[in-house]
Amino acid sequence: MSADDDMREALDTFVTEARDLVQQLEEGLLELETHPSAAETVNTVFRAAHTLKGSSGLFGLHHLVQFTHVVETVLGFVREGELEVSPGLVSALLPCADHIAAVIETVAGGRLDVDAADEALGAMLLTELQPYLVDGPDAPAAERGATAGESTAPERAWQLRLRFGPDSLRNGMDPLSFLRYLGTIGTVTGVTVDADGLPPADEMDPETCYLAFEVRLTTGAAKADIEAVFEFVREDSDIRIVPAEEHLDTYVRAIRAMPESDRLGDVLINSGAVTELEMDEALRIQKEQAVRKGTQPVPIGEILVEHGIVPRPIVDAALNRQRKTAETRSQDTQTIRIDAARLDRLIDLVGELVIAQSSTGLGSGAGGEAQGELMRLVDEVRHSALALRMVPIGTTLRRFERVVRDVCLELGKEVSLVITGGDAEMDKALVERISDPLLHLVRNSLDHGIGTPAERRRQGKSTQGTLRLNAYHDAGSIVIEVSDDGRGLDRDRILAKAVERGVVSADAVLSDQEVYDLIFEPGFSTAETVSNLSGRGVGMDVVRRNVTALRGSIEVDTTRGLGTTIRIRLPLTLAIIDGFLVGVGPSSFIVPLDRVTEIVELPAGPLGRDCMNLRGEVLPFIRLREIFDIPGEPARRQSVVIVEQSGQRTGLVVDALLGELQTVIKPLGVLFSHLKCISGSTILGSGEIALILDVGPLVADHSEREHIRQVQRVA
Amino acid sequence: MTARDPRRITLDGELTIMTAAAHKDRLLSALPGNDGLRVDMSGVEEIDTAGLQVLLLVRREAQRLELPFEIGAAGGSVAEVLAMAGLATAEEG
Repeated sequence: MSADDDMREALDTFVTEARDLVQQLEEGLLELETHPSAAETVNTVFRAAHTLKGSSGLFGLHHLVQFTHVVETVLGFVREGELEVSPGLVSALLPCADHIAAVIETVAGGRLDVDAADEALGAMLLTELQPYLVDGPDAPAAERGATAGESTAPERAWQLRLRFGPDSLRNGMDPLSFLRYLGTIGTVTGVTVDADGLPPADEMDPETCYLAFEVRLTTGAAKADIEAVFEFVREDSDIRIVPAEEHLDTYVRAIRAMPESDRLGDVLINSGAVTELEMDEALRIQKEQAVRKGTQPVPIGEILVEHGIVPRPIVDAALNRQRKTAETRSQDTQTIRIDAARLDRLIDLVGELVIAQSSTGLGSGAGGEAQGELMRLVDEVRHSALALRMVPIGTTLRRFERVVRDVCLELGKEVSLVITGGDAEMDKALVERISDPLLHLVRNSLDHGIGTPAERRRQGKSTQGTLRLNAYHDAGSIVIEVSDDGRGLDRDRILAKAVERGVVSADAVLSDQEVYDLIFEPGFSTAETVSNLSGRGVGMDVVRRNVTALRGSIEVDTTRGLGTTIRIRLPLTLAIIDGFLVGVGPSSFIVPLDRVTEIVELPAGPLGRDCMNLRGEVLPFIRLREIFDIPGEPARRQSVVIVEQSGQRTGLVVDALLGELQTVIKPLGVLFSHLKCISGSTILGSGEIALILDVGPLVADHSEREHIRQVQRVA
Repeated sequence: MTARDPRRITLDGELTIMTAAAHKDRLLSALPGNDGLRVDMSGVEEIDTAGLQVLLLVRREAQRLELPFEIGAAGGSVAEVLAMAGLATAEEG
């Protein structure tokens, strides 16, 4: 791997993490607007900004570093209680988060420098922050060191123990010149020369270094900067830089005030008492000792103290901090980031495993105990593999808080967003793809659904509208609802508009539901005033198309004057479905099991009649043999698989019932992308291919054809 | 033992790694058979760690032999280094 690739990879990681951080920043700011004194949130937000700045620095993204630094400084004031959270402050900070996000996206696009426009925007946003900087009782931003632990006094005293390597003199590294150089980054207040290392006179080699030095240095430089002075001699020398004794309390206090972290090392490094290099060395010693003695590793804190890297009180304070953290450990420290491609590969393999396992299950009737155990395990592996892809939908839903806030400001509406069911999980790929349609629905509700405060007051409602985002699992799928307590859909206007647009004929008799469903037709908008909010080039028809593409369905539920609920139903994952295998002649089909409600025998009756009596109700059915043009005579005893789609039940007539099957969906090639009633294929244990029926379009198409046939018959 | 003046040695030029070996031999060999040593540093223009540790070594040897060891006036930066190392210069007396 070349250095470029390394860099690229590191940058990718940076971008991924930075996106998360910006989101944390934004979510935190919104949270602060509602709960201005939430200390934990302040910490999270501050830390997000701090980490952003730090990692931007690693990549030399100077604009980002400078910009984020100011944001961080302001947040620092908030954290220290010197600045109160106000709506004005949040409004000034939110665009900053946007700007950071935008810059990160340019970085993601491969551009490390910012153009003049971004630069100007950044400068403008910072001007907005100026009042909060000046009002802060502390020193202005520029004077607060960009170094770790900036919350304490900039000048600190350090005790340096320098034992240079024996060859340093021969290598032209004169310890005295290092001491002189230290004078340039701070004030050397005392030096002690330790000559105890000098050997007997006749053994002493004048060109070998035997001396050690104790130096007291007062400086505003960070520990890492002091450490950097000795960069060229570090390898053979023993350099210890510890905070001077009288400053120990300062560190202990700083550590107590630090945001939580569950790693002792992080706490110590952030406090400025230990540098990363020292931590690395301590870890190395720890590992070596453990290997040499074959015992449990000595706690890292002990090693740091033992080797004089850091005094015990500081380690104790950090340990304390860490212990507290462990108690309030947040979820994100328990997660691990995995490349999505690897996960996909695993799921693909598990899919193959499931297929292979199905084949053993299908072939031999009597499996035996081992077989049963294997099946159970494979099933469990499958479940956990799929669970790996599952993420709570809450993160996506919470993003809309910002949208709601901004849109309300723009339209002068008051809306509170209520999110429930955020911990319902679904496939990550689905979450990503459903985000845009949801965004559109949310904007729509805010724009057209919920009225202005004045209008609402006239209708006797509270001036503040409510937008609800609700998610829950239901029968193998996830349901996401976007509901508002606004105006509701206007049946007559929708119908009038549909007639005007030629979507339906003027004399058509439509049920309420059919009328409401018209809003999903292409080119349909009833908004009297077109605002720039909903008009983002995405209509409800695109929303429906996106949802359908994800094997989902969308429906609308509305009461005039009381509000509208749009309900999206999606499968939990796109990778594997539980299917019911049926046979028609020589062909096999899979019906998604979550659609199957029951199975009955096809009653004897006149051919050509495509409906039957199911417990007193008329059940229309579809003969798969006919619809797919399968040659041959139907079996003597056919069965009807009853499927349910959007509350409507339809039967599918098949020759043979072959049982339940877990199956991995293999998408059909591009060549078949126009096929409507088939959603994919799978390979059976026997090596044969079975097509997976897409029940929704299958039923819809069929009723359409029936409709046409009836019309023709009548005519 | 009669009190005699310590042996005086005057160093000049540089007291660095380049000359440390020579100075070590010269100073150490001056110790035995004399009543102490007084090193005049006023002519020394440059000193480094190698030079410094030779002086420290000689002082330790002198202490071991219970002989007085003094360092005479040094100039500027050399004096600073000597002071730092506790090799305080004694006034010419």
